[in-house]
Amino acid sequence: MVASSPPLPLPVTEPIERGLSPWHDAWLRLRKNKLAVFGMAALAVTTLACVLGPLLMHYGYEEQNLDLGAARPGGAHWLGTDTLGRDLLVRLLYGGRVSLGVGLAATFVALTIGVVYGAIAGYFGGKLDAVMMRTVDIMYSLPFPIFVILLMVFFGRNIILLFVAIGAVEWLTMARIVRGQVMAIKKMEFIEAARALGLGRRRIIFRHILPNVLGPIIVYTTLTIPGVMLLEAFLSFLGLGVQPPMSSWGVLIKDGAEKMEEFSWLLIFPGAVFSLTLFSLNFLGDGLRDALDVRSSKD
Amino acid sequence: MSSPILELTDVKTHFPISSGFLFRRHVGTVKAVDGVTLSVQRGEVLGLVGESGCGKSTLARTIMQLVPTTAGAVVLQGRNLAAATTGELLAARRDLQMVFQDPYASLNPRMTVFATLAEPLLVHRVCPPADVPARVAELMRTVGLAPRFMQKYPHEFSGGQRQRIAIARALALEPKVIIADEPVSALDVSIQAQILNLLAQLCRKMNLSLIFIAHDLSVVKHISDRVAVMYLGKIVELGPALDVIEHPRHPYTRALVSAIPTPNPDVERARQRIMLPGDPPSPIHPPAGCAFHPRCPHAQEKCQLAVPPLAPDGPTREVACGRLSEI
Repeated sequence: MVASSPPLPLPVTEPIERGLSPWHDAWLRLRKNKLAVFGMAALAVTTLACVLGPLLMHYGYEEQNLDLGAARPGGAHWLGTDTLGRDLLVRLLYGGRVSLGVGLAATFVALTIGVVYGAIAGYFGGKLDAVMMRTVDIMYSLPFPIFVILLMVFFGRNIILLFVAIGAVEWLTMARIVRGQVMAIKKMEFIEAARALGLGRRRIIFRHILPNVLGPIIVYTTLTIPGVMLLEAFLSFLGLGVQPPMSSWGVLIKDGAEKMEEFSWLLIFPGAVFSLTLFSLNFLGDGLRDALDVRSSKD
Repeated sequence: MSSPILELTDVKTHFPISSGFLFRRHVGTVKAVDGVTLSVQRGEVLGLVGESGCGKSTLARTIMQLVPTTAGAVVLQGRNLAAATTGELLAARRDLQMVFQDPYASLNPRMTVFATLAEPLLVHRVCPPADVPARVAELMRTVGLAPRFMQKYPHEFSGGQRQRIAIARALALEPKVIIADEPVSALDVSIQAQILNLLAQLCRKMNLSLIFIAHDLSVVKHISDRVAVMYLGKIVELGPALDVIEHPRHPYTRALVSAIPTPNPDVERARQRIMLPGDPPSPIHPPAGCAFHPRCPHAQEKCQLAVPPLAPDGPTREVACGRLSEI
């Protein structure tokens, strides 16, 4: 029973005017934001390159060429090679798969737990809310690096665990945001109107509350991905993340930083790609926030 | 007089105030609605006035069963909604609908007019799904909107148009009673008259009963058959609209009536305003006796002793004042 477009023919003689949905409206505003469009384009290029690029390359990410050593950019190796003679571009692309993958997967974990948890706490309120949110407060106060180090010590170093560890921390903020939004929307008159019409609780949550909370969720999601990627880089930098010979942007930056005095390109390229991606995500997130913000819309 | 379509008997809505978390302590009670007895006839327009915070909106939400009733009965067509099961309440909602104060907040911004109006039709199975578009178009025409706008979103309409959409939504289930909670206070003055006329005309045409809530007697005067004046959760005066406004009996009503400006500048200059000192008292700690006595120009010691009941004053009127015969 979804009330979408009415089937034709309509009992109306004049043509029906199409409305501008708030989503479409937000898209139009987003398109006017140059930085956000740049961010979207840069992200699309980076993602595509990381997904498809390695298939087109002649080298593997662990393929060493010790005779070559650290070669300068140019010639057969566009971005040069590291001290073990591994092609930097290939390692950068493979590393991107890991970094972007960790970013997306951990954010997805955080999103799922956070939205469900926050929506339940916000909608039902009262004692349940108090217990649930105090739990979040307690988890917030746990020092994250120690938490991850403990996990790594107990369960060994593996990427899946890294996703879980990061997701398990990032959902806390998402839960708080969703709870706050649900509580605000719940008190709006249109929710009262829906209750007055006798609509069921499920229909109210899915048709009336969630679509109105989606904006902030989307914005926070785009802003979580760079945070997660930074965490992954930080952990890899400490040697707790991705293990060689597998690469990630964090691993590459760490290796580059160790050798930057002699072989500066090993730091410059991974650093530039990583920064560009983080900037793009932040630009996109900011653009989305401006575009989706109800207060700035033409109310 | 036939039996009323809606009857409230000693309705009370109290909200507990608690503090502390997990182990909540009860620290007080807000008596938002404190013993309201009222009836509405078929096709009647009842104006409900009172200042901000007197419990008008809470009374509306209590009748709609959007907040739990603490005590008393809300009887709609012989059925007590305060004690109804979920199923009975759902059925009763077809006969009882509400128009909210703020048309900018009462429409879901992510739903088109069509989706907003079709939803109640589909949920309550008012008509076969195939007839929904025709019914939506008809509803839009009823409230003076062109059906070609049905695929537009609330943000594409003006405040007055939005309130028309909200009225159409309330009409979708063909209710017998509509509660309008300050439906024009968020609108421009020029638009207010249009919405008032629309409501009055709909009531006449469909034989609707309307409880019209406002904080302004001049708005209520034109539309209402009877007026109820509320002060701090209680009704202090009730009677035919013109009668109450021209000959107010309760000191509070007199003060309200004296605040109505008149369009004639000469009359306006001579108008004697009764200025009430102070603010409305707190509904958590209401004054002893008559709740109005701290601000009443006629208050005496006895007013602090007992709460005056709403008593008949003539054949059509009721007033709650202990000194009615003396002032």
